[in-house]
Amino acid sequence: MIDLTCHVAGVPFKNPIVMASGTFGFGREYGQRYDISSLGGISGKGLTLNPKAGNEGLRVYETPSGMLNSVGLENPGIPYFLEHECAYWETLDTVRIANLGGNCLDDYVQGALLIQADHDKRVALGQVVIDMIELNISCPNVKEGGIAYGVKTVAAQEVVRLVRQATSLPLTIKLSPNAEDLVGMAFMCEDEGADAISLINTISGMKIDVHRRSSVFRNLYAGLSGPAIKPIALRMVHQVAQHVKIPIMGLGGIVSATDIIEFIMAGASVVQVGTYNFMNLNGGQDLLEGLEQFMLDEKIQSLDEIRGIV
Amino acid sequence: MGKVISNTQVSDQVYLMSVEGHAGGRTGQFYMLRAWGDYPILSRPISIFNISGDSIDFLYQVVGEGTELFARLRPGDPISLEGPFGNGFPDVYGRVALVGGGIGIAPLYYCAQQLPNADIYLGFSKEAYLLEPFNQVAGKLMTNVGGFIIDDIDFNQYDAILACGPHGMMKAIQRKQQQSQCTAEVYISLENRMACGIGACLVCSVSCHDGRKKACTDGPVFAAEEVLLHD
Ligand SMILES: Cc1cc2nc3c(=O)[nH]c(=O)nc-3n(C[C@H](O)[C@H](O)[C@H](O)COP(=O)(O)OP(=O)(O)OC[C@H]3O[C@@H](n4cnc5c(N)ncnc54)[C@H](O)[C@@H]3O)c2cc1C
Ligand SMILES: Cc1cc2nc3c(=O)[nH]c(=O)nc-3n(C[C@H](O)[C@H](O)[C@H](O)COP(=O)(O)O)c2cc1C
Ligand code: FES
Repeated sequence: MIDLTCHVAGVPFKNPIVMASGTFGFGREYGQRYDISSLGGISGKGLTLNPKAGNEGLRVYETPSGMLNSVGLENPGIPYFLEHECAYWETLDTVRIANLGGNCLDDYVQGALLIQADHDKRVALGQVVIDMIELNISCPNVKEGGIAYGVKTVAAQEVVRLVRQATSLPLTIKLSPNAEDLVGMAFMCEDEGADAISLINTISGMKIDVHRRSSVFRNLYAGLSGPAIKPIALRMVHQVAQHVKIPIMGLGGIVSATDIIEFIMAGASVVQVGTYNFMNLNGGQDLLEGLEQFMLDEKIQSLDEIRGIV
Repeated sequence: MGKVISNTQVSDQVYLMSVEGHAGGRTGQFYMLRAWGDYPILSRPISIFNISGDSIDFLYQVVGEGTELFARLRPGDPISLEGPFGNGFPDVYGRVALVGGGIGIAPLYYCAQQLPNADIYLGFSKEAYLLEPFNQVAGKLMTNVGGFIIDDIDFNQYDAILACGPHGMMKAIQRKQQQSQCTAEVYISLENRMACGIGACLVCSVSCHDGRKKACTDGPVFAAEEVLLHD
């Protein structure tokens, strides 16, 4: 028997496959295709305190082995989410992660407080709908907040500290590959009481239309994801895993079972899958089957045997 | 998963592909097609051109990498099709005009079969194609090569207008609807870039007067007066 179970911040995962924020909606659409409760977990679309319309103009551009997106955190806002989407999340038997974005410090804190208050109310009724908060301080597509916090450790520290104070839910911090001192940033998260680190978000990139002599994106830059970023993501996960004790959710460019294994060998506790969901709408299911097959073939009984082995 | 039955060139850079295996669909809906492994990353949205029995036809224009790969498919080759997606054209009644520009004529053939008396207006930039099959299903067929087909249509003659074509043409339709102050219901099908096609990623988002909508699930068909088309 293969054991696929994993733990992050005391939260049990059936398997290491978690769907990444922004690529899986709140799960509903994919849930009509396959049983998403078979997955380790899902991270919902990035939420902000108030509804956000996101960016104007072109929002996606393909690159060699990757894609640039400029969605800009379009989302219905936390109150809407709590009122209208939680009922669906309640039906899921998988780890449900609320991804929290913001424009300014207060947005993050107010957002975390709202989620916590809702959580407390539900716990009193014997329900749990959100198992973990993923703090996104690394969205490259919003000018005001997001990335501004994700680059500088001191700026990030204040957000992490205040959100940590605002919630007792398990907290993972989603770091930016654009951080000026990634290991320093990870140490800071650990010191401030974060339970885990999610690594990496998209890498800031660009595409120029040479005929129009301008960037194809209104925001100039956009976030690169997909197989193109996997080697960078893997290196970053490995590097951070060498230094911090809190677990890592590793992601960036995973499209196969062997990609998952690479991240686990680099030290990730679980992985997240983003862009692959567009390449294969049944991606989660297929990766899970592929992972089981790989472990059978390689006679690996549990991922603990290979975690951080490299 | 489907299997290519035939894939024939019908004009310069335009191909008609017949595929065995599909999940049905109504007029104006589309499939996400993929005939490759991991690269290109995204599948390509292509409208239903026709459905008969267990085969489905797609009419597509070669514009870039993905459609170039489609053009190389031979009978027997596998192709993955996910769908049908999108809202499709609404049911319309009375006098109907179907208006297509360029490859935007693709979703109109299936439509025309279900609206046998509709007038069809097709605009082409260089050369006209598939006029014979369209003629057979049209009440009246009008074509325009190199000009603006919109100029040939009297919106006030119709109860409903269903259109698909390039961005500029859809804007021209919006403008004409306003100027002619017609009572016709006017619907346009938008070609937006898509990633998931099922409403989860928001890359296909369209600005509407009452907020954001998703081209893949709320669309691709929208009431013309509903959307804000940017330059
Ligand atoms: C709902 C819908 C229905 C469509 N139906 C048809 C059809 O029946 N026949 C047909 O020929 N074309 C149709 N299109 C347009 C077709 O999807 C694009 O021409 C095609 O994706 C181009 O792919 P490519 O790899 O050849 O071009 P590339 O330029 O190499 O593609 C790069 C990226 O841009 C996207 N893209 C490029 N052009 C368009 C476009 N016009 N619309 C949307 N995405 C684009 C591609 O999907 C891809 O992600 C439809 C588009 C939509 C949204
Ligand atoms: C369309 C799109 C939207 C995204 N939205 C979010 C978001 O709202 N919050 C977030 O933390 N990450 C977001 N991401 C980043 C992904 O969660 C993930 O970190 C990144 O895409 C790298 O993984 P991948 O290569 O497997 O896609 C988004 C990515 C894409 C492609
Ligand atoms: S293409 Fe993903 S939401 Fe429309």
